[in-house]
Amino acid sequence: MNASDDRGTIEQALWRMMVLIRVVEERIGELVSVGEIHTPCHLSIGQEAIPAGVCAALRPDDSLWGGHRSHGHYLAKGGNLRAMMAEIFGKATGCARGRGGSMHLVDPAQGIFGTVPLVAATIPLAVGAGLSSKLRGTQQVSVAFFGDGATDEGHFHESLTLAALYQLPVLFVCENNLYSTHLTLKERRVKDNIVESADLHGLSGERVDGNDVMAVQSAAQQAVQRARAGNGPTLLECRTYRWRGHVGPAADLEVGEDRRRELDEWRQRDPIARCRERLRAQGLSSERFESLEAAVRDEVEEAVSFARQSPAPDDSELLHHVYVSRRGV
Amino acid sequence: MRRLSYARAIREAHAQLLAQDPRVFLIGQGVRNPWYAGTSLQDLDKEFGRERVIDSPVSENATTGAAIGAAITGMRPILFHPRMDFMLLAADPIMNQAANWSYLFAGQVSVPVVIRAVINRGGEQGAQHSQAVQALFAHVPGLKVVMPATPYDAKGLLVSAVRDGNPVLYIDDRWLYESEGEVPEALYEVPIGSAAVRRSGRNVTLVATSYMASEAAKAVEVLAGRGIDVELIDLRSIKPWDRNLVYSSVGKTGRLVIADAAWVSGGIAAEIAASVAGDIFHALKAPIARVCLPDAPAPTSAVLEQAYYVGAEEMVSAVEKVLL
Repeated sequence: MNASDDRGTIEQALWRMMVLIRVVEERIGELVSVGEIHTPCHLSIGQEAIPAGVCAALRPDDSLWGGHRSHGHYLAKGGNLRAMMAEIFGKATGCARGRGGSMHLVDPAQGIFGTVPLVAATIPLAVGAGLSSKLRGTQQVSVAFFGDGATDEGHFHESLTLAALYQLPVLFVCENNLYSTHLTLKERRVKDNIVESADLHGLSGERVDGNDVMAVQSAAQQAVQRARAGNGPTLLECRTYRWRGHVGPAADLEVGEDRRRELDEWRQRDPIARCRERLRAQGLSSERFESLEAAVRDEVEEAVSFARQSPAPDDSELLHHVYVSRRGV
Repeated sequence: MRRLSYARAIREAHAQLLAQDPRVFLIGQGVRNPWYAGTSLQDLDKEFGRERVIDSPVSENATTGAAIGAAITGMRPILFHPRMDFMLLAADPIMNQAANWSYLFAGQVSVPVVIRAVINRGGEQGAQHSQAVQALFAHVPGLKVVMPATPYDAKGLLVSAVRDGNPVLYIDDRWLYESEGEVPEALYEVPIGSAAVRRSGRNVTLVATSYMASEAAKAVEVLAGRGIDVELIDLRSIKPWDRNLVYSSVGKTGRLVIADAAWVSGGIAAEIAASVAGDIFHALKAPIARVCLPDAPAPTSAVLEQAYYVGAEEMVSAVEKVLL
């Protein structure tokens, strides 16, 4: 297989992952609308290239730390779709056994140690995973995914400094979707310069087209290689756009001055359509796209059925796991 | 047996844990500097290297979060906050993250981190260099909170905290650093959640935390001279606290005074009083008394400090009051 075939294979896998994330989230949106899902769900529709591209550059034992909008991160890192769907349904078979819902996803076997909704909270935890990797000499990389809103927090700046100071193998991935709940970027900061935080704190930084999955994958690959080689952390500012509102399936057209116009523009930059266009140019047939997409839809429907049919947690478990009983030594 | 100061006992526990377990490391502000840590961490960086003894920037959020992330991924960090007041900048990683993750993820993730906070009051340092906010952390499910009062417990509780699978707040008091006591040279554990009877007595149970336990020992002597036989319990752990021992003592004496050098409202003394009143009310022969700090920030002027802080004298009065 030559290099371009190899790249084509990767791109096809990334296209499939992006389709999976989108189909899952569109389905979650429908189930929220009809009242079957109650937990707050923050959808990343339009932003799928970032988790797909970044996670393609990772090893299974690299760690991932996410936030409230992390369905895509979980799936792209190898999280189990059925367990995620069951979690969102609040079922005992969920990845957090019904304690987490959409905003708290976990799969330690895949290096997904946790996604939590407190904005920026997992950024320093990813730094700690990097410190752990460095002290143990494992060359594992840790990745923190967060939105542009998280860069307004002190956690972000302190963490960049610490990771740079100790040259830790950490990848900071800012998914700059231009909104923090309802506030646009320019309502929150004077300059549109998140990427410059990297230079300020002494680490590598790059602004990436977050709607181009191969560009994301390539930037992440370089950052991961740098981290694994002991050459320190990287901040990637991935420019993208949130098609849906802050939470739930609605588009939140009332926010921002230019939401409707922006949305129209960004739909033209759909990461899935762009990837599909390139794959078509490489000779992938319409039938092939359709059969791949149909398989994804079947997989998602199967996960929804699994979640529906799963039992609720037993209320006798209410007070379990407040503390772990196992000892450290 | 060999005698060591409280601060030296803390240092010995660190050194032995660092030597014994490659997963243990130390991170925090001033770990190399006696101005922050007294002798409690002296020269650990020289002995174990600066990779494992990390003197950090004033970034409470990032260092605390980093210790938590390292704990989740297999390390045994000891995090050092030289002032408890400053640790409040890390309330999110401690209260929202470390405390929650085991429950949130149904026990699949654990956070075996030790978060050491120093209470460093007095000396006209004022409101933001003096606070003792242990109750704030004892309030949070998922955290354990220990407060050693003797050199023996200072060492043994640190060992237990590092070996526990949960986040443990280890709170030491700078006013205890020079106090001396017997400390075995070997590594040993003092179980978390177990209080100690420092003196048996028949008339009144006096439960004290941390520095107040050392003050209580003086109060008990004064009271003995007046023919009052006090049972003194050093609580040692405030979350979980040793209900069985306190209840059995109150069952015997029927009278209870609780001393905690922290604000009176919503404090650990309030929690113990409410538990005793709710669970063994029938055993009580008199109202419960508390010896705590007034509900005001710490002042600076030495004259005001003198009026603000409580100790043996206030405990003597409280014990006499519950015997009236």
